[in-house]
Amino acid sequence: MDIRISLTDGVPIYQQIVTQVRYLIAAGSLEPGIEMPPIRVLAEQLQVNPNTVARAYRELELEGTVEKRSTRGTFVSDSGSKLATRHRQAALHERIDQLLAESTQLGFSVDQLIKEIHSRSRVMERMQKKAGPGRGKSA
Amino acid sequence: MIQQNSVVPMVEEKPVEVKKQPIVQIRNLTRKFGSAHALDNVTMEIPRGVVMGLVGLNGAGKTTLLKHILGMYRAQEGSVSVFGCDPSRDPVKVLSRVGYLTEEDSLPGWMTAEQLLSFSRSFYPDWDSEYERELLDTFDLDPSRRIDRMSKGQKARVGLTVALAHRPEFLVLDEPGSGLDPVVRNDILNAIIRTIADSGKTVLFSSHLLDEVQRVSDEVALIRGGKLVECGPLDSLQTRYQRVTLKLDNDNGSDAPDLDALGKWNRSGSEWSAIVDLEDDSLEKAVASIGAKIVRTHGVSLNEWFINSAR
Repeated sequence: MDIRISLTDGVPIYQQIVTQVRYLIAAGSLEPGIEMPPIRVLAEQLQVNPNTVARAYRELELEGTVEKRSTRGTFVSDSGSKLATRHRQAALHERIDQLLAESTQLGFSVDQLIKEIHSRSRVMERMQKKAGPGRGKSA
Repeated sequence: MIQQNSVVPMVEEKPVEVKKQPIVQIRNLTRKFGSAHALDNVTMEIPRGVVMGLVGLNGAGKTTLLKHILGMYRAQEGSVSVFGCDPSRDPVKVLSRVGYLTEEDSLPGWMTAEQLLSFSRSFYPDWDSEYERELLDTFDLDPSRRIDRMSKGQKARVGLTVALAHRPEFLVLDEPGSGLDPVVRNDILNAIIRTIADSGKTVLFSSHLLDEVQRVSDEVALIRGGKLVECGPLDSLQTRYQRVTLKLDNDNGSDAPDLDALGKWNRSGSEWSAIVDLEDDSLEKAVASIGAKIVRTHGVSLNEWFINSAR
């Protein structure tokens, strides 16, 4: 499972695992019915505390993205994909809200902000092309 | 790399929350060397099943605290209790359940690793010879080699084998990674992860390697000048302490906001920022009172928090 832990942005590690598992599910990399790696295995792979992985799994289980089946393990639930999409949207909305608040503070209108987003997106595309394939990708 | 280990039970079997008596209870512990306070009225608990990272500058009192927990020092004032016993009065009872690795090079150099291990085996009733072999194998150690002919990293691995092979309930490591190469540090980190995966085990380790502390700790304790200034879950520290950025309404370009009580303010562009305890109710009022606005707040790494808080 391709999860990357960042130690610099102050986001609790369990939260990073939750967010990235949701992303992997919503993106189709983890399909419904697939078994999640055992807590201990993922903890050793990511080099984090197993309690932290357990907490992330509990959170995902609570929201219904994954489910425990008897004592065998944790699986991506049938409705996992729908739920993961909804959660990702909510996360994006949160960031958009922040951006809106900040741009208002800086005196930009919503229309100006949208124009700026398009222009930045073009700049980033150009930069990525210049960096060549496999480089300059955001994690 | 993932290593399967069939001997260690899966962490999933552990109940969600084990609220039992804490492994370590320290009450009002004070220690003076001469007139200097090495520890000043420290009160803390380590609950069962957590990994606690102990951080602080050199000379802050970390090793002194660990030595009290291991019974190498007796409390001058206050009390120390490990598994409900005073480790300085009942060292055998306490230490048979503890695995520890201390900072200094304390292994007997004239012994071979095998001699040290068989010597240690006789101390611990729960010594697991199979696990010992597995550790030697994982660490790629030659047991017939004299310890004083080993590299620093190999010595650390021997020490770790002694600390782990009796499957202790409580693992205490004093700056286990300092001065070691990344491969040995990786072994140590994995040892911590595996120990805690072994359900109900508790780990206390002091370290300057804050990235590693952040990776494996449930709780963090910060010592400054012998005082315990912070002790609690890492997640709540990360929620509480954030970088707050302000914009002053009347910024003359030089004077820092008059909010010293909240944090150390640094200028960045036209704004000011500081790492602030968001639980402090006075924040918003204080900011408003000097005619400033909070522009944004965002999380900080353990390293940033440490540099801000350790001095």
